[in-house]
Amino acid sequence: MRRRDFLYMTGVGLGASMMPNIPAFGKIISVEESLMPVDIALKKKMADVALNAAKSKGATYADVRIGRYLNQVVATRETRVENISNSESYGLGVRVIANGSWGFAATNNMDNASIAKAAETAVAIAKGNSKLMEEPVQLAAQKGYGEVSWKTPIEINAFEVPIADKVDLLLKVNSEAMKGGAKYISSNLFMINEQKYFASTDGSYIDQDIHRLWPTFTLTKTDAASGKFETRNALSAPMGMGFEYLKPKDEEKINGGPVTMYKKRYDILEDVREAAVHVDEKLKAKPVAPGKYDLVLDPSHLFLTIHESVGHPTELDRVLGYEANYAGTSFLTLDKWESKKFNFGSKEVNIIGDKLEVGSLGAVGYDDEGVKCGQWDIIKDGILVNYQTIRDQAHILGLKESQGCCYADSWDSIQFQRMPNVSLAPGNAVLSAADMVKNVEKGIYMFGRNSYSIDQQRYNFQFSAQLAYEIKDGKIVGMFKDAAYQANTQEFWNSCVQRCDKNDYRLGGTFSDGKGQPGQASAVSHGSATTRFNGVNVINTGRKLG
Amino acid sequence: MAILSKEEAQAILKKVIGYSKADFCEVGLNGSDGGNIRYARNAVSTAGQISTMSLGVSSTFGKKTGSATINEFDDASLQKVVKRAEELAMLAPENPEFMPPLDPQTFPESNTYNAKTAAMTPDTRAEMVGKSLSVSKAAGLDAAGFLENSTRFNAIMNSKGLFAYNKGTDVSFSVTVRNKQGTGSGYIEQGFNDLDKMDTLALSKIAASKANGSAGAKAIEPGKYTVILEPLAASDIIGNMFRGFDARSADEGRSFMSKKGGGTRLGEQLFSENVNIYSDPMNAEIPSATFTGEGLPVKRTQWVEKGVVKNLSYSRYWAAQKNVQPLPFSRSMVIEGGTQSLEDLIKSTEKGILVTRFWYIRSVDPQTLLLTGLTRDGTFYIENGEIKFPIKNFRFNESPVIMLNNVEALGKPVRTGSGLIPPMKIRDFTFTSLSDAI
Repeated sequence: MRRRDFLYMTGVGLGASMMPNIPAFGKIISVEESLMPVDIALKKKMADVALNAAKSKGATYADVRIGRYLNQVVATRETRVENISNSESYGLGVRVIANGSWGFAATNNMDNASIAKAAETAVAIAKGNSKLMEEPVQLAAQKGYGEVSWKTPIEINAFEVPIADKVDLLLKVNSEAMKGGAKYISSNLFMINEQKYFASTDGSYIDQDIHRLWPTFTLTKTDAASGKFETRNALSAPMGMGFEYLKPKDEEKINGGPVTMYKKRYDILEDVREAAVHVDEKLKAKPVAPGKYDLVLDPSHLFLTIHESVGHPTELDRVLGYEANYAGTSFLTLDKWESKKFNFGSKEVNIIGDKLEVGSLGAVGYDDEGVKCGQWDIIKDGILVNYQTIRDQAHILGLKESQGCCYADSWDSIQFQRMPNVSLAPGNAVLSAADMVKNVEKGIYMFGRNSYSIDQQRYNFQFSAQLAYEIKDGKIVGMFKDAAYQANTQEFWNSCVQRCDKNDYRLGGTFSDGKGQPGQASAVSHGSATTRFNGVNVINTGRKLG
Repeated sequence: MAILSKEEAQAILKKVIGYSKADFCEVGLNGSDGGNIRYARNAVSTAGQISTMSLGVSSTFGKKTGSATINEFDDASLQKVVKRAEELAMLAPENPEFMPPLDPQTFPESNTYNAKTAAMTPDTRAEMVGKSLSVSKAAGLDAAGFLENSTRFNAIMNSKGLFAYNKGTDVSFSVTVRNKQGTGSGYIEQGFNDLDKMDTLALSKIAASKANGSAGAKAIEPGKYTVILEPLAASDIIGNMFRGFDARSADEGRSFMSKKGGGTRLGEQLFSENVNIYSDPMNAEIPSATFTGEGLPVKRTQWVEKGVVKNLSYSRYWAAQKNVQPLPFSRSMVIEGGTQSLEDLIKSTEKGILVTRFWYIRSVDPQTLLLTGLTRDGTFYIENGEIKFPIKNFRFNESPVIMLNNVEALGKPVRTGSGLIPPMKIRDFTFTSLSDAI
């Protein structure tokens, strides 16, 4: 059978997994199966079995999550399909408080006896853990919402789009790259649907249908004579959207700079054509001279700096020491927050915690312990005013309710404090990125995420970009290579002098933010407009091997 | 249930192969059974126990392959998964890089399994964590740690008669101990196949000692320094380099092993003469399975000898393209060292920096393998053969390739992170900025 026939057949629903060189997320299933949700009445029945079993064994609180996690990956390289995988992970996790301590157990056997046994195991673990307890869990009150539901506001369910269309799109991406002189090109589409049901002894029965999409590519050119190679990754953002993200609209593009950028729609074919040109420029770029530069950071780059230097240090569990053995603690200790005058950044810096923003990866109606989601200030006019909390931390900040930051990446993972969307508000004054560049005498304009690293208390960081353009006397004059900036978080955010307005505001994000032991991944977005930071230390990372 | 014996696994795999109508069929069966306990602020925060088993089937007609997995093992489910893999294979496009399954191979029995580790229970874990907590509580320090153990097996079979089975155990422990003032932090981590080698009490004492010893760190200027990397620190930074020993990416011109003008750097003197690296799944300290996922035997392989690159890793497909023998990589990497202890290396150092571990290491430039990251949990200044005082953490920008060109001395290797790694004394290691993090 020819490839075209295969694509047609998979397009009509015979879904596929092939080329097992990329690990699947779970059990491989057909496309049709991915479109059949679990009956909500059945989920309620299973949830009640767990809650009643936990209570009968002595739990003073219990919640249950019934999760059905669907993942689809389409991976191509040059002219061939490397992998198509449609997988499912389905099961139930029960979390309880007994004797003042947490316990958790999970099962993928969804009969009543197995569910009840999991709940009983969770209670037994809680009682066992309580022997090593320092103080009992204090859980913030949470009203029950009864039976409610929430769905990511998508226009096109990516799981309903024929795989044939997805493969054709990616192979076109590869074709455009090779027409542009690329020797190697890989392109991928990742699609996720989390069907999550939450119930608790508070009286909530919450059904949520969450969708995420991430199209990306890596284009590589080599120069055998010099032995050099350069790459450029897609400038797409992973989004909490449906397949409509890949239906380009001119009004969602930001032109006028050296790179075409995208808001809530993405033109992957245009991006790969530009990438082929950019890699040629990178192969010929001049090395950056180390020193102080004014940085103009595009949201496609700045999102990761926000994530690492603001998002993580304002997680309250890090502040308290719960991540000390892995991801670290935080320099934003409680005394800084209590002082109400800790100068995190300049007055330009307004950072918002948000679980609602349409299109973002972190948007949900309710978190994984049944808290209705919202927005709140974390940094207000440069001052640290809040953190990110969950129910058993709220009392530490004197809050009566959680901020809804609890998340688990699977039904068999324990939910814990994870970052909401953490975003830098755009400026109020009308300002485009092109106008911002005009006022920079000696600077660098950066696009796209590249290397990133920050210390375990989130002071010292180093970032580099996919593209770094030299700005001289208000004009972009060429491309730099080997440019990375190093800064101290507080000094960096205090060097923030200017933000473009809401017309330039865009989301960046990551599909797999890691935290916890055993490790868990979460997806989160960070929004900003193009932003200027003055006098940042830039180093040259070029080296020669012997 | 999740851990099958060789005979039990073989019986299931034979049955699955028997259902196959494809030209070729490859089947893999994996199971694991394990648990963990996590603690912070001197108290347990979470604990869990997980058992899983899954079966994967790959069916091929001509050069068209389909794969499917399942975690149910009744006859109907086994037939279903084979059927699904065959349906997918019939629909799939031809894979130009398809390699037919291997003929039967012979493999030595690995020494990855330890019965005592396999018998660990939640109570065993709680008792081990209790010992760790006794250290931090007695010393007025705060501990955060993680203990995890697992027993796992994997078995593979193909329709040409190849069969392989391996069973193994692991126990790993890490703890960060900090003082109450938040001015000092120490860390230790260890992993073994054999539970008897794991001493959480002794390890926690080391972390506590570092927590107290690292308090009140002074700032010194970034720059190039002679460093003594404890095995964990050396492992953190070198683990990133091993992936670069892949022949295909080197041939394709996109690796630090690519040669200017084309070709690879195989046979070149890329590192100092005292650098010798090999892998051996039968190494008693760091054993691993003696076969790959497709059934290729994994044997002792010398990768670097006296600083010269002796081998690159070849997949079966790339080996066929280049007309060489396939050569798989092994997880059991050994960097040979000497007999000196860490203390001996410190004594022989006039001026230098002792690094406990690195953190948040990321690639900056794949061309030169330049990495950045930071020191963490105990960084000390050495003068005239003695540790003089703790110093603030540094950010480094360094390539492991350059680093292994600047090796002054190597100590006795110990099991850590990505292999059996010695403490290393390295000259001209590049620190680029200071961090206030503790």
